[in-house]
Amino acid sequence: MGWAIALHGGAGDIPLSLPPERREPREAALRHCLQVGVEALKAQRTPLDVVELVVRELENHPNFNAGRGSVLTTKGSVEMEACIMDNTKRCGAVSGLSTVVNAISLARLVMEKTPHIYLAFDGAEAFAKEQGVETVDASKFITPENIERLKQAKEANRVQIDYTQPNQTDPTKEKPTADGGGQIGTVGCVAVDGKGNSATATSTGGLVNKMVGRIGDTPVIGAGTYANSYCAVSATGKGESIIRATVARDVAALMEYKGLSLKEAAAYVVEECTPKGTCGLVAVSATGEVTMPFNTTGMFRACATEDGYSEIAIWPPSTQK
Amino acid sequence: MGRGWAIAVHGGAGVDPNIPSQRLEEAKKLLARCLNLGISALNSSMSAIDVVELVVRELETDPMFNSGRGSALTEKGTVEMEASIMDGPKRRCGAVSGLTTVKNPISLARLVMDKSPHSYLAFSGAEEFARQQGVELVENDYFITEENLGMLKLAKEANAIVFDYRIPVVGLGLETCSAGAGAMESTLQMNGLPLSVYAPETVGCVVVDDQGRCAAATSTGGLLNKMSGRIGDSPLIGSGTYACDVCAVSCTGEGEAIIRGTLARDVAAVMEYKGLPLQEAVDYVIKERLDEGKAGMIAVSSTGEVAYGFNCTGMFRGCATQDGFMEVGIWE
Repeated sequence: MGWAIALHGGAGDIPLSLPPERREPREAALRHCLQVGVEALKAQRTPLDVVELVVRELENHPNFNAGRGSVLTTKGSVEMEACIMDNTKRCGAVSGLSTVVNAISLARLVMEKTPHIYLAFDGAEAFAKEQGVETVDASKFITPENIERLKQAKEANRVQIDYTQPNQTDPTKEKPTADGGGQIGTVGCVAVDGKGNSATATSTGGLVNKMVGRIGDTPVIGAGTYANSYCAVSATGKGESIIRATVARDVAALMEYKGLSLKEAAAYVVEECTPKGTCGLVAVSATGEVTMPFNTTGMFRACATEDGYSEIAIWPPSTQK
Repeated sequence: MGRGWAIAVHGGAGVDPNIPSQRLEEAKKLLARCLNLGISALNSSMSAIDVVELVVRELETDPMFNSGRGSALTEKGTVEMEASIMDGPKRRCGAVSGLTTVKNPISLARLVMDKSPHSYLAFSGAEEFARQQGVELVENDYFITEENLGMLKLAKEANAIVFDYRIPVVGLGLETCSAGAGAMESTLQMNGLPLSVYAPETVGCVVVDDQGRCAAATSTGGLLNKMSGRIGDSPLIGSGTYACDVCAVSCTGEGEAIIRGTLARDVAAVMEYKGLPLQEAVDYVIKERLDEGKAGMIAVSSTGEVAYGFNCTGMFRGCATQDGFMEVGIWE
């Protein structure tokens, strides 16, 4: 038993043909964030501190869908959400943030400084002001890449309406997206120390071209984020599918109620409980194991354990370049 | 095919032991009325998802409990409502939060499920969707009742006393508030407030129809004196509401405790993964998943059973099954 950490920068239809200029900065960011997390664990920071620290780094990186670099709503605005939880089941969540630089830190403040778990929209922004967290003008989160993604998503919608494609009335059928850019979602980190204390943190801008006010799985405890005495889980993918399958909670529930191992539980949830192309997750167990399954083309991910193992990857092991 | 329909409704877990008997009687009448509404619908083969929406609309429209009209007030004296609905067969779901003008939040949650590409809409985005969908809208003060204004005042005063001295609230002119009449003897608290000042009174309904399909719906104004923007368990799938192939669950009580315990999902999970039958699953979750928290729930199984459980003083509830069983209750 030792410490373990895993982080992700989103699961989705990441094409194998992703050009180096789009792949390399993300791989470098994963490497950097992993190092930040590993060093913090080695310095005996609590898992809660570690996951917050790592997710702040991921939020600040403009190439992932969280904080700066968040995807845009249908109105071209940014609405960010985040969630943090530890193995004692203390948790905090926020939604509908537009000016807060680090949503995950506000989620932590909700957990520690209010009698509540979840604050959203104007109320969350007002709380942010009271707490004096760093805020910037909403326009600062918007990147040219995301303006382009929104444009493509809107065009794709138009084409679908022209060909009278079904409008998502059947939740078991998931539409493939054009270049997969729209499916890239969410950043997250899970960590466990050598004593079984664990934590999880997830942060996101949500779904490209989402309706204003749309909340995804990330801040819904038990869907995108969950931790208890068995494990800590952070999920990514299509929010609506992750909510329906209560992904993060189910990994822990399978371990507790059916005695599955972390790997077995996570694999089962990803393979059997969510439609193909909708879900990935990172998870650590109280005993220091780590797993990173996904049913999408790829998932930006990295992990490390105290015995010296580490990994940075995008596609499944068999296709990894 | 199912084994007969079953239905349960609730108007909140956590009841002041000194609740005035008039209020008790009115609550029982409302629960019976809503139960009968559901029963008639089920006897005419309405589907579970339609029945739960119908019944919760009725509960929202009546000002008795904490949902729709009669919702508890935020710290600003306004109403922010939330609700969620889930359809067992494909686990489709819809949820809304931060509603201020939508007369029936549960129906908007249903529209999110049926007519939007998403599962959860909140605040101004949800209100805009409501406008687009043409649902009935009213001014925010439609939802505000005299009684709730009085309770907000008490809550603000009680907050100062309860957190500083942890003594029962005395001499605050509670006699003028129907819910406060017995406050001086009551030290029972939930959500940090005496039950005499604020009882959760979230509403919900779970149904299994004669085809064995389960559905659940929950609706609330949320925590009295809450920070604007605070979201509780009621709109969170897996916490306050859940339905799947085996059961449907709706919870009420201390929202934060219900979220931490992912109560609604856990009932189904222990049935699916541990093989427990419905009542045992409910009992297990109430006993093991609440830690210090106080809450209650109603549940039905796809095989026509109905169950409920709570670890606090009372839960406003009613249940009925197709074989003629019917019961309205408040205490153990």
